[in-house]
Amino acid sequence: MLATALVSGLSLGSIYGLIALGFTLTFAVSGTVNFAQGSSVMLGAVICHTLAVGLRWPMLVAVPIALAGCAVWGLIVERIAVRPFVARGSNAWLMATVALGIVLDNVVMVLYGKEPRALPSSLADDPWVIGNVGIFPLQIVVPVVGLTLALMVHLGLHRTGLGLKLRAAVENPDAARLMSIDVNFLIAVTYAAAALLAGIGGILIAPLYNVAYDMGTLFGIKAFAVAILGGLTNPWGVVIAGLVYGLVEACATTWLGSSSTQIVTFSVVIAALVLAPSGLFSRRRRVRV
Amino acid sequence: MSAILTRRQALVLPAGIAVGSLIGRPVFAAEPVKIGLVAALSGASAKSGEGISRGLAIAIDEINAKGGVLGGRMLELVRRDDESNPAKGQTAARELIDKEGCVILFGGIDSPVSLAIVPLVNSVKVPFMGVWAAATNITRNGANPNFVFRVSAVDVLVDRALIKYATTKFGAKKPGLMLVNNGWGESNLAGLTAAAEAAGVKLAGAEKFDDKDADMTPQLQRLREAGADTIILVGNAAPGAQVIKSLQKSAWTVPVVSHWGISGGRFPELAGSWAGKVHFIQTYSFFGPQNEVGKRVLAALMAKYPDIKGPGDVTPPVGVANAYDAMQLTALAIAKAGSTEGAKMREGFLAIENYQGLIKNYAKPFTDDNHDALNENDYVMVRYNGDQIEPVTG
Repeated sequence: MLATALVSGLSLGSIYGLIALGFTLTFAVSGTVNFAQGSSVMLGAVICHTLAVGLRWPMLVAVPIALAGCAVWGLIVERIAVRPFVARGSNAWLMATVALGIVLDNVVMVLYGKEPRALPSSLADDPWVIGNVGIFPLQIVVPVVGLTLALMVHLGLHRTGLGLKLRAAVENPDAARLMSIDVNFLIAVTYAAAALLAGIGGILIAPLYNVAYDMGTLFGIKAFAVAILGGLTNPWGVVIAGLVYGLVEACATTWLGSSSTQIVTFSVVIAALVLAPSGLFSRRRRVRV
Repeated sequence: MSAILTRRQALVLPAGIAVGSLIGRPVFAAEPVKIGLVAALSGASAKSGEGISRGLAIAIDEINAKGGVLGGRMLELVRRDDESNPAKGQTAARELIDKEGCVILFGGIDSPVSLAIVPLVNSVKVPFMGVWAAATNITRNGANPNFVFRVSAVDVLVDRALIKYATTKFGAKKPGLMLVNNGWGESNLAGLTAAAEAAGVKLAGAEKFDDKDADMTPQLQRLREAGADTIILVGNAAPGAQVIKSLQKSAWTVPVVSHWGISGGRFPELAGSWAGKVHFIQTYSFFGPQNEVGKRVLAALMAKYPDIKGPGDVTPPVGVANAYDAMQLTALAIAKAGSTEGAKMREGFLAIENYQGLIKNYAKPFTDDNHDALNENDYVMVRYNGDQIEPVTG
């Protein structure tokens, strides 16, 4: 049973981590969070399904277009639901991002329909069997992609010019502006990147789950719990928290039964936050005096 | 006061008289009799609502072609989407009764929705006809008088049939249960546990899943470790498909016997290549030799709906067949009652003696003690072949 729980937990956990990375990106740069992140998960899967299944376009074309759609959606969220409120010093972006996510879910419901659809993949049809445990190849691809993207986020932030500007904007936005760094542009870029990460999560999970207008809600909530658990500002912490969350979820179901899954999982989240209010892997910002 | 009308009064007065005459008009004999349907017309179970609508439409067309009911009143179907949500279903039921004036409500696939409507119809004394949802306590609800009738399976009887099928077809000695985590799942947990006990079969365990669960391998692994040799599945199409995908993921080739919820949506598409492995229950199949009613209904379906080219395209057959027979029985009840008044219609249902229907020849289908017209002798086992539902042979 342990092996099954590990496979299931790591696979789902890496999806949670991937979506939660988006929360980390925007929070680190702007101090705001996109609560429509779950809708980005759904948007990636829906666009990909529409193009690849509905229009029979090749996956190699459908996936980039779907991800581009997610990035544009991220820009729209930032421009409509975040920037105007932040400029006024208001926290209403919190409600505005939730509302915009609901609007997108409902628009997709009208255009795409309410019925869940399948996104077939050869990576989720013929399982590999090792001993008593079966696993779809996609379940191995998912954590690999998750960890690779976390590494790319890390390298992007620390080894590129854009990353340097982002970190400058995080450390001191006013000084960054004086250095001709367009902070608003950087924030918009992080929103696009966050939505893109969520879109990747949606496309990866779709063949294992299904595609539906409301598929992102639960993933978004769990990913936010993961982001809080991981410490919001630490990309690696968030990815690890995602894996921990997935494992706790799978182990709770395996050993205690499905009735206990949510009780145990969210109790663990609460207990962890009581012990470490800033998250398990938060980085304290050093203040130089 | 001047006896001369102003121009405004001259315009308003006739209009007021016209409106007043409409509001206070008597009920004409030709006024349609409205039949309400509260079912899932969208979402994961949308196909169930479509099947029920088609069955009702074919029956209503037949009845209206013969002159309607009560000396020439046509039947008119009024549909509302409950979105598989009990609260929305209850609101829709109130609207159909209070605003639309429906004389009877038909229910859909979701037991929790029907269970939410049952207290309402019993309190306002409007008959309710279940044509899919199978929870035992929908009809056996303790109300007296009870206005709820059903032409569909009953969980307690389906559960006996599922256990019997698992043991005879697959030689099951230790079935494991995978049940949706709602009132319908609870109803079947009680029914399957009792049925297994009566059959002398020990259950490997009972696991629950939620509609939105992304991975059910942990639940299945628990059953596997407990020695389950057959899975008995109770759930609707989308989560049911997720169970089958999780089985496939685990490469566990255990036989699966299912309640009929999986036939209410896009199960074959969502479950993928393992969809055909599931044997599930229906009350009717349009395959094989048909009685006269079957031939007539199939021909009418093919004429009315271009997507139906043969028996395999009537999906889900259970929704179509149950709704067709239930509508015909309702017309008989109205005829017996001589009225559309709820209490009289209830007596009308109880007074029906015989009806040669699509599913069977109904003899005294409803009595004071039994409001379920179908029983375990009326069930057939089927499986998916592509998108079509075919009887299990061999």
